[in-house]
Amino acid sequence: MVKKIFGQAYIWLILLLMYLPILVLIAFSFTTSTNVGVWNGFSFELYPALFKNKEVMVALANTLIIAVSAAVVSTILGTLGAVGAFYSGKKFRKGYEFVNQIPVVNAEIVMALSLAIMFAALPSVIFKADLRCYWTLLIGHVVLGAPFVFISVKPKLQQMDPSLYEAAIDLGAKPHQALWKVTLPEILPGVFSGFLLAITLSLDDFIISQFTTGPGLLSAGDPKIVTLSILVQDKIKKGPIPPVLRALTTIIFILVVLGVIGVSIYRSYQAKHIKKKVRV
Amino acid sequence: MKSSKPKFALFKRKYLCIPYGLFLVMFIIIPILIIVYYAFTDDNGMPSINALVGFFTNWSKVNVLITSVFIALQTTLLCLLIGYPLAYFLADKKVNKNAVLITLFVAPMWINFVLRTGATRDLLTWMGINGGNMPYLATLIGMVQNYLPFVILPLYTTMLKLDKSQIEAAADLGANPFQVFYKSILPQSVPGIVSACTMTFMPTMSSYVISDTLSEGKITLFGNYIYLDFANNLWHDGSFMALIMLVIIGISMFLTREKGGAEQKGGKSW
Amino acid sequence: MAKENCIISLQGVSKVFDGTTVVDNISLDITKGEFVTILGPSGCGKTTTLRMIAGFEMPTEGTILLNGEDITSIPPYKRPVNTVFQRYALFPYLDVYDNVAFGLKLKKIPQVVKDKNGNPVLDKDGKEKIKMVHLSKKEIDNKVMKALRTIDLEELADRDISTLSGGQQQRVAIARAIVNEPEILLLDEPLGALDLKMRKEMQLELKDMHKKLGITFIYVTHDQEEALTMSDTIVVMKSGEIQQIGTPLDIYNEPVNAFVADFIGESNIYNATMTGNKKVRFLNHVFDCVDDFPVNEKVDVVIRPEDVILTKVSEVKAENLTGKIVTKVFKGVHYEYLVMVGKAEVEVRDTKDREVGDLVKIDVEPMNIQIMKKELTRNIYPTAWINNKNQVILGEDGDPFECDVTQLLKGSSLDEEGFLISQDGKKYDLNDADVTAEIGLDAIEIIDGYDNGDTNGDIVNIVYKGDHYQVMVRTDDEEDFILDTLYTWNEGDQVSVKVAKENIKLTLKGEINKYEIK
Repeated sequence: MVKKIFGQAYIWLILLLMYLPILVLIAFSFTTSTNVGVWNGFSFELYPALFKNKEVMVALANTLIIAVSAAVVSTILGTLGAVGAFYSGKKFRKGYEFVNQIPVVNAEIVMALSLAIMFAALPSVIFKADLRCYWTLLIGHVVLGAPFVFISVKPKLQQMDPSLYEAAIDLGAKPHQALWKVTLPEILPGVFSGFLLAITLSLDDFIISQFTTGPGLLSAGDPKIVTLSILVQDKIKKGPIPPVLRALTTIIFILVVLGVIGVSIYRSYQAKHIKKKVRV
Repeated sequence: MKSSKPKFALFKRKYLCIPYGLFLVMFIIIPILIIVYYAFTDDNGMPSINALVGFFTNWSKVNVLITSVFIALQTTLLCLLIGYPLAYFLADKKVNKNAVLITLFVAPMWINFVLRTGATRDLLTWMGINGGNMPYLATLIGMVQNYLPFVILPLYTTMLKLDKSQIEAAADLGANPFQVFYKSILPQSVPGIVSACTMTFMPTMSSYVISDTLSEGKITLFGNYIYLDFANNLWHDGSFMALIMLVIIGISMFLTREKGGAEQKGGKSW
Repeated sequence: MAKENCIISLQGVSKVFDGTTVVDNISLDITKGEFVTILGPSGCGKTTTLRMIAGFEMPTEGTILLNGEDITSIPPYKRPVNTVFQRYALFPYLDVYDNVAFGLKLKKIPQVVKDKNGNPVLDKDGKEKIKMVHLSKKEIDNKVMKALRTIDLEELADRDISTLSGGQQQRVAIARAIVNEPEILLLDEPLGALDLKMRKEMQLELKDMHKKLGITFIYVTHDQEEALTMSDTIVVMKSGEIQQIGTPLDIYNEPVNAFVADFIGESNIYNATMTGNKKVRFLNHVFDCVDDFPVNEKVDVVIRPEDVILTKVSEVKAENLTGKIVTKVFKGVHYEYLVMVGKAEVEVRDTKDREVGDLVKIDVEPMNIQIMKKELTRNIYPTAWINNKNQVILGEDGDPFECDVTQLLKGSSLDEEGFLISQDGKKYDLNDADVTAEIGLDAIEIIDGYDNGDTNGDIVNIVYKGDHYQVMVRTDDEEDFILDTLYTWNEGDQVSVKVAKENIKLTLKGEINKYEIK
């Protein structure tokens, strides 16, 4: 009993400490002061201001575009890679998995630096000049996400009955039909969680973005694509978090909380559903 | 394999790995080789050990390496001290019946990392712990705050797999709670501890955003130097330091290759 | 060339996986409409053979003909062959109906293109225009329901696969295969996952279905009883080679070697020596026999338990083979006795009631003594090599064994760094040297459990040889160890294999000079 009370108190205390900075930002998103800690009256003013702030909105849009496109590319590449490697020879597969593991265990700054140096060394004709930083940023984020897609798809392939694909081929499906109709549905949960992971990593990333965002770092000018991370880093170097970003944090937080609730509802629904299936 | 017949034109599933394979070669292997190349050449592209000599004769760089290792060790240790009992309680059905709670510990990851770091800094400044007066403490708090989830996850997974009957048997045989912990729980959770350490130690060493922001530039970590060298177009020096990181990572991976592994997921370095 | 009426013909087919020959130059003709069973222990290449017929594997050598046409390089989806898989391989996210309809929905058939008035459209050359079209919904529905009716599962059409019992899933798998009207149905141990009662039922049902459908069944199993019950023809395989092809009766009565004899039915198998013209000696006794082998040849002798004749005697006489009954089990129609002759066991089936402890004279009719050429006297590993620690690896990869490399060069010794030093002082580095390794059957020790010896493996085959067992152990790396042991082991036992250093005989391939360091 003592253990239970103590344990729960400990859990909630740590949780509170972890969320404290964010909760403070949220609290102060309802006042217009420049600094956290100064309360000059309750107001919703920051919220309309946030949506009118072009700089933040552009950064947000950039972040989302990069995150979604990088996650899509990562998911396609990583899934194809996982399926292909799984059906390759043992030695080749081990080597492939080893290389895939490099960005996972490597320090992000090393990956970022190596990519940036390579992009800088590459002649700009390779990508159309005005879109160059989009491509470099995209590649950087795919390096970040695809290995995790690979890692989430692999166990699903291991769990899959190897005869399923053969059964489809045997029944007259061409290889692409069998992959689409049989293999994909089987590994879909892994593909999906890989996609989510890739999006999460991309949204959260700063170092890779800073190094690969193009001319900003490579040639002294302003970066062409500013993501949220880059914008925030730029602002907090000079002073406290800009007030409008407090409102943005609140909105993101609410979305995250809704997401967590959604996931837990889905899980309990799934658990019930499975139980029902077994009962039949 | 010897074959007297032509292979039939049947598509093979292993061909699917070609696109990603090319991607891995182009954007993982080649960039690393480029780093190695830059680390051991000079501006004229001639082989050179200037960067190596420059690094080891520059006391401040070696000093930064040592400081980084030290801070990373402290962060890892603090995270373990806080995270270990937390994971234990979370995995104990008697204390925590709610599996969703673990999601809450991971959820901050969905709020942007830089934003989170800024929020911590602003809060600490408000509380009077700012980079100006206590840069070291502020950095440490920021690090622990950020890397705690990566310690909790692998520990939690290992704790779920603890052999309950062994623990009960130990208690039954007259071991006091301390002995039960020391003889049964701790040895069983070693894999989780190992993977928690690898997930915290390397990222802490190489991160520069947290220390930059929270110490207001007063504490320089290894990552800062790599970044600064790169930003100042000192590619050879930067590459050489990146190579040192790569070697340290390689060694730590080699040392923990048996025990960790499974819980790598989510281990990102900032 | 293939016989007439032969639907499928394997001609000199081999399959090599990563240097291991799984199927070794087999030739086999299967007659249209037959129920053929490929029988053998696990790892004998039977499933690989089936997979080559299905098209999942390409033979490394040889050709496969279907109705006289070479289909060796035709992919599975173009072959008129369907498979029932070992673990059903039903698509879990489709219901019963959609599983069965899977093949039909993919199928395209030629159809004459017609205009609005129903007249065939002609192309430039005046021929009817043909278009490939999918089957109509109604056609699919008819066929699926018919197939479901065949397996008595009509009412379960819209059920989820996960809600079906093992037996029902098995039936769906069969329906899914036969609905495509294949010329050959391949069945890969389809009853392995069912319980005994269900298995017996399904055996009869399959036999019945074979009769009704009139197509060729090729059935793979390791269960000799299943093979004997269901087949028209049995093909016995071992280590990638066909041992014997014949009707169930042939195979039971006239096994060609000890392996087949032991695999099919109960049998007494002994090491024997030919002592004269049509005379064979085993159990320390000389018997007359009908087979002619060279004198002094080592042979295997097989005697079925029901062919042993017992006569009660009161005393041991030198000219008789005499034994003592040690156990007795009543089996309904007959008794099963175990008779000990010295240390050797003789299994006997007899209708007469005898007592444990009785002294009996043992006789066997000459024609019931089946004599077969001895198979193997030692293990030979032709692809072995030496690693950098002077240990020998027996296959491509695998666990190393300590060995004495100095035997490769007379009078040589090893220095501290592990280099081989010849008598006259030359230095050799044997790392990666290719050798042939030989290990006697009695030089291999097996120990219960993994990790107690040089390598680990599972027992895949046991043959009782009267006074000892011949056991085959297979490692993860597909290395086989055949050994003689006095102890009782079971198939599937996990064991460690140990070989004393001095018992591994090595022969170098090529000249030793190749490895000299100058």
